[in-house]
Amino acid sequence: MATDPLSTTFAALADPTRRAILARLVDGPATVTELSAPFAMSGPAISKHLRVLERAGLITRGREAQWRPCRLQATPLQEVTEWAEHFRRFWDASYARLDDYLEQMKDDES
Amino acid sequence: MNPTTTPGTVFSMPSDREVAWTRTFAAPRERVFRAFTEPEHVRRWLLGPEGWTMPVCEMDLRVGGGWRYVWRNGDGVEFAIQGVFREIERPARLVYTESMMGSEALQTIVLTEEDGVTTMVSSLLYGSPAERDAAVATGMAEGSSQSYDRLAEVLAAAS
Repeated sequence: MATDPLSTTFAALADPTRRAILARLVDGPATVTELSAPFAMSGPAISKHLRVLERAGLITRGREAQWRPCRLQATPLQEVTEWAEHFRRFWDASYARLDDYLEQMKDDES
Repeated sequence: MNPTTTPGTVFSMPSDREVAWTRTFAAPRERVFRAFTEPEHVRRWLLGPEGWTMPVCEMDLRVGGGWRYVWRNGDGVEFAIQGVFREIERPARLVYTESMMGSEALQTIVLTEEDGVTTMVSSLLYGSPAERDAAVATGMAEGSSQSYDRLAEVLAAAS
């Protein structure tokens, strides 16, 4: 089992329900009840997803006993987006060059 | 973004073992296929950010044939990647293995053409989620500044 932080983040993100929960939390903190609403899923099932997200450091839970609102923690996501940015930059730069080069190939063909 | 501009490269993670990306090119797919499979063309564009050259670009384009790329920057730093062609369906589909720093992935490139515009869907399938994560983590070394707009993008793309 990979234990470096980025792997933990990716594992936590590898589930559509958890990504939907994070997408909801981009808009602001929410309670378990609020987070459960869009899903055909029990409170305990949602709580299990929340524990995975909490362990990955992607969310924090409030201390207020009944409410325990969940908040997004952006740092691990920032690391993911930094990787995505690096990968993206390599391909974006290459494909932009290919756009021009395809034009050149067209001229060479004619 | 202006809807009339090219949307650029769209990245996603279709499963926990994959990374995929899509891009359109204003050229017929026969030409795009040649740009992807003939070394004299590949080495002209597959260079990443400014400052890199591709001193080695070898492709034995047949099923079971090998390929090898080496990039070098101005400081003499080199980066090598290689693999073996698995499927070649000119000009629609190309599948090859890709080995880099001890991990092996399967790259699939699918080209479709409509009205002279080619859409490329490229995906990298790793042997396990841990391998994908290790491969993507190596990209972290360079790091970069980014905005939180990317967060919504990455989440949307991953959905």
